[in-house]
Amino acid sequence: MKLTLKEPVITASRTKAKSIANQIQLFIDKHSTVSVERTILRLLGVDGVNSIDIPYPNVIIDDLKNKECLKDGVAFYLASALKATNLSLDELVEKIDKNSIDITSYPKLDKSTIREVLQPYFSNSLKQITNQKNKRDSYKKQFGDKQGPLLYVIVATGNIYEDVTQAKAAARQGADVIAVIRTTGQSLLDFVPYGPTTEGFGGTYATQQNFKIMREALDQVSEEEERYIHLVNYASGLCMPEIAAMGALERLDMMLNDSLYGILFRDINMKRTFIDQYFSRIISAYANITINTGEDNYLTTADAFENAHTVLASQFINEAFAKNAFMKEELQGLGHAFEIDPSMENGFLYELAQAQLARQIFPKAPLKYMPPTKHMTGNIFKGFIQNALFNIVTKTTNQRIHLLGMLTEAVHTPFMSDRYLAIENANYINQTMKDFASEIEFKKNGKINKRANTVLSRADELLTQIEQKTMFKSLSEGVFADIKRQENAGKGLEGVFVKSENYLNPVLDVMKEKLKRTW
Amino acid sequence: MSYDMSDKDYSKDLDLTKLKPYGDTMNDGKVQLSFTLPIKNNEKGQEAAKNLAKKMGLLNPLVADAISLENTFTLFIIYGELKYTVNYNKIEVTTLDTKTLSKEEVESLIETKLKRDITVIGASTGTDAHTVGIDAIMNMKGYAGHYGLERYKHINAYNLGSQVENETLIQQAKEHNADVLLVSQTVTQKDVHIKNLVNLIELLEAENLRDRFILIVGGPRISHELAKELGFDAGFGPRNYANDVATYFTETLIEKNKDE
Repeated sequence: MKLTLKEPVITASRTKAKSIANQIQLFIDKHSTVSVERTILRLLGVDGVNSIDIPYPNVIIDDLKNKECLKDGVAFYLASALKATNLSLDELVEKIDKNSIDITSYPKLDKSTIREVLQPYFSNSLKQITNQKNKRDSYKKQFGDKQGPLLYVIVATGNIYEDVTQAKAAARQGADVIAVIRTTGQSLLDFVPYGPTTEGFGGTYATQQNFKIMREALDQVSEEEERYIHLVNYASGLCMPEIAAMGALERLDMMLNDSLYGILFRDINMKRTFIDQYFSRIISAYANITINTGEDNYLTTADAFENAHTVLASQFINEAFAKNAFMKEELQGLGHAFEIDPSMENGFLYELAQAQLARQIFPKAPLKYMPPTKHMTGNIFKGFIQNALFNIVTKTTNQRIHLLGMLTEAVHTPFMSDRYLAIENANYINQTMKDFASEIEFKKNGKINKRANTVLSRADELLTQIEQKTMFKSLSEGVFADIKRQENAGKGLEGVFVKSENYLNPVLDVMKEKLKRTW
Repeated sequence: MSYDMSDKDYSKDLDLTKLKPYGDTMNDGKVQLSFTLPIKNNEKGQEAAKNLAKKMGLLNPLVADAISLENTFTLFIIYGELKYTVNYNKIEVTTLDTKTLSKEEVESLIETKLKRDITVIGASTGTDAHTVGIDAIMNMKGYAGHYGLERYKHINAYNLGSQVENETLIQQAKEHNADVLLVSQTVTQKDVHIKNLVNLIELLEAENLRDRFILIVGGPRISHELAKELGFDAGFGPRNYANDVATYFTETLIEKNKDE
């Protein structure tokens, strides 16, 4: 079952997306952000909070910012202070917090000395990340890597311990992937909370300790069930790279991570987002973490039929950004969704066309496919059928990350039985339609082929426009999801700075070197 | 399941004073329900489910299916005949003064009745660092499936974020020529939010601006009653969304227009 697509258009679109991402990359390479600097600290081993609950990475970066020294980067000062004082990292951090030393006051070091001084610190983190990577690989070798769609469900109790109970139950019922939802608003916090948390609205905080607690619980179920259970959280918002680093250290398997989502849907400044997504993707690539992009969200705002091409265009752009971060296609969980109005004639055909289009254009990507939400009503019986049709498209077009729709979407957060029925529905379709796709063909000039090529052409036109105008300008004109964002507005802009010639990010450099070698 | 061959020795006439659910015959009282019990799926479990159904008023409950969700959780699908009736003729419904409109309805109301855009300024004020509430109402993405004000046509929404001083809020409101001020108070200690809210009213009154804006406050501890008491126009507590707030200020602005 293959669409007959205009291959030259695909090649042209990909080239344009690459040029768009490369324009931005020039900007990214000249800048850093407070979040990137805090990530460096975390990977050097700085963790914990001070007496008034401010995370130490924030304490240090805020201190540099106040002294107007941020432009040189934290590595530059930290290395000089460590070398001159002979203090341990913990002691140094404590003294900075108490304001009893000034880390900018020590003799400056050249770049190779800085790398030398810091290497023992970050090599611990890199070792831990590698161990986690190996552990994931060995689990998958032991239990086998499930073929076909991975069943993905969500837990969102607002209490990490309650989340654990729900997650274990869902995994035992057959879920392969558990996403732990964060509290509303965490994406706009310019710090990562610390320790286990039992509060939140519609989810609890993403913290390193919470990641660890959930990982342990899911490893336990993996071993009982002899099936690897994947863990997902969100490396998005103002702390993208910090959370990516925590996820890498604690073996999350997937991270929501989009180059545009925060800009559009959280009003986070575009410069901040582009810079942050780059480092976060380098980290995820290094840790073999699959990213999930957020194109599905465009369709909850704009019409899914009319704006299908914006999803494809954004997938091309997300792919290009990911490749600039040396992330392999196998880790790019590009997003899309089943959101066409159910009352539309032949809507199913268009969903099938769109899903197969993404499948063929991104053949190696573990595509993330989202269930209907926008057109779900209180009619749970109809909703169950909408989900079944979505499941048929998922299986037929071989999507990899299969977010299960709940029949009670738009009514309440899922009951245990709702989740069970969703898994049963998906398993039924995956089983009964196993070889359906290889048994059917699309009519050459039929509706499905035509629709797919129309979407492709429109995406290509949009990419042409964005390339000509530049990404910054296009975003200000509202090309995606009808949302307009200005280059110098939005949250987190004050955390963006131009790097001085002293600047270096030794962790990023090491990761990048390693990734380049296997690219 | 099988065909129902039993004699139906009840009246088949519709009697609104004794209203009952309808399956396939008038007054058969047939209902379907499902629930999960935290017990093993066996005969004892099914009997427990049946007994619960009886207590709910179902005669002849039939456990159509009992499904193991996991070891000690079982989902039951049950049919039965409800023994209760209601007197339809005696039902009274008090309709609310303001029916919450959907986003699209608000948009078209602004378009057809107000005929100009509405400017809304929102902030989490004082020491409150939480933006959860104000973001739920204002951000594009919204909350629980209710899109935020930023996504509304004809509404210019400015979200100033958290820890905004009352003075800044007022200055921004003047600058943008706002129609509506939204103040959010999420987490507060020792009733500091009350002082902060009163302070806003005092500042506005001092500048003779109180009547220029529609003043709305929201948060988990806010009720409409409290808001009124403090001198606000309206208060929104939990389980209120962007369209609840938008319905209120749109209708109020239209009313205000009529008066002028």
